[in-house]
Amino acid sequence: MVLDYERLGLKVGLEIHRQLNTARKLFCPCPTEYDESGEKISFTRFLREAQSELGELDPAAVFESRKRKKIVYRMDRRSACLVELDEEPPHTLNGEAVEIALTAALLMGSTPVDEIHVMRKIVVDGSNTAGFQRTCVVATGGRVVVDGEAIPIQTITLEEDAARLVESSRGVVEYDLSRLGIPLIEVATAPVIKSPEQAVKAAKAIGDILRATGKVKRGLGTVRQDLNISIRDGALVEVKGVQELELIDDVVEYEVRRQLHLLDVSKRLAARLGGGLPAFNPVDVTHLFTDTKSKVIRRSLDAGGRVMALLLPAFAGLISEEPFKGVRLGAELAAYAKAWAEVEGIFHTDELPGYGITSEEVASLRKYMGAGDADAVVLVADLEHYAVEALRAVYERAAEALRGVPNETRAARQDGSTVYIRPRPGAARMYPETDIPPIPITENYLEELKSRLPETLDRLAERLSRQYGLSRQLVQELIDRERVEIFMEILGKTSASPTVVATTLTETLTSLARDGVDVGRLGERVLLEVFQLLSEGVFSKEMLRDVLARAASEGVSDVRSLVSSMGLAAVDLEEVRRYVDELVERNRSFLGDERAVKRLMGDLMKRYRGRVDGRLLHQILSERVAARTGAAQG
Amino acid sequence: MDGGYTGLCRRLISEAGASIGDEVLVVTRKGEYRGFLMMRYELGAADHIVLKLANGYNIGVKVWDDSRVVKLSESRPPSFRAVEPPPPDPGLPHVAVISTGGTIASRVDYRTGGVRPALTASDLLSAVPELSGIARISAEVLMSIYSENMNPRNWALMAERVDSLLRSDVDGVVIAHGTDTMGYSAAALSFVLQQPPKPVVLVGSQRSSDRPSSDAALNLVAAVDIAAKAPIAEVGVCMHLGHSDDVIAFHRGVRVVKLHTSSRSAFKSVNCEPLALWTRSGLKIQAEKYHRRGGDDYRFMPGFDERALLLKFYPGMSPEVLEVLRERLCLRGVVLEGTGLGHVSSSFIPTLKRLRDEGVFVGMTSQCRYGRVDMLVYDNGRDLLRAGVVPLDNMLAETALVKLMWVLARAEEYEEVKRLMATNLVGEMGGRSMPEGVG
Repeated sequence: MVLDYERLGLKVGLEIHRQLNTARKLFCPCPTEYDESGEKISFTRFLREAQSELGELDPAAVFESRKRKKIVYRMDRRSACLVELDEEPPHTLNGEAVEIALTAALLMGSTPVDEIHVMRKIVVDGSNTAGFQRTCVVATGGRVVVDGEAIPIQTITLEEDAARLVESSRGVVEYDLSRLGIPLIEVATAPVIKSPEQAVKAAKAIGDILRATGKVKRGLGTVRQDLNISIRDGALVEVKGVQELELIDDVVEYEVRRQLHLLDVSKRLAARLGGGLPAFNPVDVTHLFTDTKSKVIRRSLDAGGRVMALLLPAFAGLISEEPFKGVRLGAELAAYAKAWAEVEGIFHTDELPGYGITSEEVASLRKYMGAGDADAVVLVADLEHYAVEALRAVYERAAEALRGVPNETRAARQDGSTVYIRPRPGAARMYPETDIPPIPITENYLEELKSRLPETLDRLAERLSRQYGLSRQLVQELIDRERVEIFMEILGKTSASPTVVATTLTETLTSLARDGVDVGRLGERVLLEVFQLLSEGVFSKEMLRDVLARAASEGVSDVRSLVSSMGLAAVDLEEVRRYVDELVERNRSFLGDERAVKRLMGDLMKRYRGRVDGRLLHQILSERVAARTGAAQG
Repeated sequence: MDGGYTGLCRRLISEAGASIGDEVLVVTRKGEYRGFLMMRYELGAADHIVLKLANGYNIGVKVWDDSRVVKLSESRPPSFRAVEPPPPDPGLPHVAVISTGGTIASRVDYRTGGVRPALTASDLLSAVPELSGIARISAEVLMSIYSENMNPRNWALMAERVDSLLRSDVDGVVIAHGTDTMGYSAAALSFVLQQPPKPVVLVGSQRSSDRPSSDAALNLVAAVDIAAKAPIAEVGVCMHLGHSDDVIAFHRGVRVVKLHTSSRSAFKSVNCEPLALWTRSGLKIQAEKYHRRGGDDYRFMPGFDERALLLKFYPGMSPEVLEVLRERLCLRGVVLEGTGLGHVSSSFIPTLKRLRDEGVFVGMTSQCRYGRVDMLVYDNGRDLLRAGVVPLDNMLAETALVKLMWVLARAEEYEEVKRLMATNLVGEMGGRSMPEGVG
């Protein structure tokens, strides 16, 4: 079934987040480049919900604090300081980051604010040590143009990146602090995007403008796209963390289909049920499973757990219905149970008998719960407290199913599906960062920025194509693959041929990837070093592909030692020159004959193939021959 | 209302009839902004109006003569709604919590944008509900001042109030205090409330209690727990031991000092171990000797004479500084914070002799903080001793100053001042010196 998005009233808003490539973090002097190899010290914290300035508690904050986890932080002294520990007030807002954000704003026709006010956005899941993320609006308004249609920009904000989640288990969550505080720009569009394709194009258009500043980070984890998706009669659902552009349309389609299914379920439930759900009443049914063959239940009982059950009247059949891959009410119920009570999962009678639970057990369960054929029963096996909390979440979600689509925050998965993570936060979670006075943006400063705006990627493509004699298509491919930045850096720092660099960064890497090489492991530093060594003549062009393949598969950071371990760098150029001299001396009587020189070149290639670049050999030979014949004549 | 606004902004806002919190439209030559009118931040430029946008963000909008403010609707003013604390459990110990101000008892004031003392002790209880599982709490606001504004009159007021509580049926007293001078107040209370029958616990926080990451909650939980149940009946300070929210140190009031401007582990016991370490699983006593709860040797000994001075010596300092200050402030005593083992330049010797002759007490502490003074090691030290300077062993300079004020209030004669200053009264000096990182 093809969806008519216009008729469905689809509205999508984008929030594009991208790390800025500044020297320092947003509020402290720690670097924004880090590796995670260093020695870590760790410390533990607890966060508490705090009331907002309106005296209200934020639903997302309440969700986290109900779990009240112990938070373990790991820090590396090279990449975090007391500011990241929330033990030193933030330093002044990073001017370099402000300048990049303002530049992006001007490129999008946004109006910079007259004065930046840094805010605290409450986030108590531990990803910010302070319990809030510092964020500020830098500009409002503006637009990006997609296929001739203007998509309005609502705000451009500058905020600090969160700590990286290392692992989460019941009661404990662990984060690494290196990423915390790296500047992020966020561009939010109005919710006016009408189709999945338009969403992809708008995201790309914004990404291209951000890249035009030349000051954004590239690579895995530097871009995060959040989508606000709603359809008529559905709800505004925020999908977080879409990493790749290509996934955006899949996510939108999945979310629309999910909302359509939930709307359909709610209509049918209303017809079946009449009123609402009965009061929450979890029932201990452990005694029905004392001899169970279900491994999950067995393991849980052995650990002192109980089997708790919840009757969902009139839900039979609706829980496992799957009109589109992954879209099931059962998945929603399970996700709530996992998110709120961190249980491994739930069982429900739509999919039983199964999972080792026998039809006899199901029959006795139905009987004990007083469940008719139209009713469903949900089971959770865990320690009693968690099992009850899980069923409470299932109950609350089931009650939402009667109403339609709940407002929630979901996470995008790699396959384009989405999964519930927490309730949507309200506006109640924002209050002023009083440690930082407002920062005025003067007219003079803006005029100066306007006078030196960077070229757009289109202009850049034109220029590079002309400058290096490359096809426009090749340059566009470099841009689309986000390799144009490293392309320019390599050409700026080495004497490698533009064509070789460009084709290597496009065709060669693509073909390596096709052969199963993980080219994602080739960092920009590695690529730069490869071309440095190539242009120094340390290895020959013919070996480029092999060097890249080895560097990727071994994940090396020191290309020079890799090259020598491959036996490529064993040739000493002085030794080559001496050998050429000898060769020329031995054949001095034939040097006037062009064919003889060609033959000498053939000999040299035989000896040095793959170890010394052919061009270099030819150059050395020509020099020596010229010197010899010149000397003979003189 | 002025909301911190002056001049043009104030005129535009009042012409619109708008108040803080109202929804307004601000029209300037650069564009239109719709939002809620917020208080002006104190340090901001005067020609900007602060708006909270619908998405919760604040921005500053610059106005000119031709700008307009239009009031769109009235809004409810921001307010802090305290959650009702659970009813007290009559079976639990009774702890009195006195609020004096500081970060632990402060909130962001959204009307000024600053952190200020506004939270009452009972607000704290609603913010830290687990306190009601530890003790029955009675809370009161004694004063509401930043700790840098504290003075010996405030110490006296605090001591008086604690004295009357110690004589009541409470099981312990907790004092919420700003951290900057909490060490001085703790020392002051230690000298006034000698051998108290119950713990007197000062507690603060380095990060304000309205932040989710505040150290206030755990410090307060530990302080109330210690006040309610600990066997140690001394005046002490309860703060984080390290960077983690797990171990809280209970420091002896005369031995504790703030050694970091912002870290939650700022407070350290110097030249001794903390009295005890608190965790959620219990209290581990570290001190070899301490005053036990429930004794009948309690003495209330109030009074401070402020004619005392703490002077930090630096290379090249002129002795004239001391002479002028002595003259102008009618000093009766001076604590010197000398170098190393307890030295000041030998150029001070004539002045010090004269002070001694005039009956002005001069005591020596070390700016090293760690270790004890010893003025017998070098010639200059011996000369200073002969000039009448009294070595104060391993007493913290801050504690020595507070002690001197207290001693001056009860001793007229120089010799008596000297004797009291050189005598360990409440654990403020003496003890064995230990190597770092051991024991």
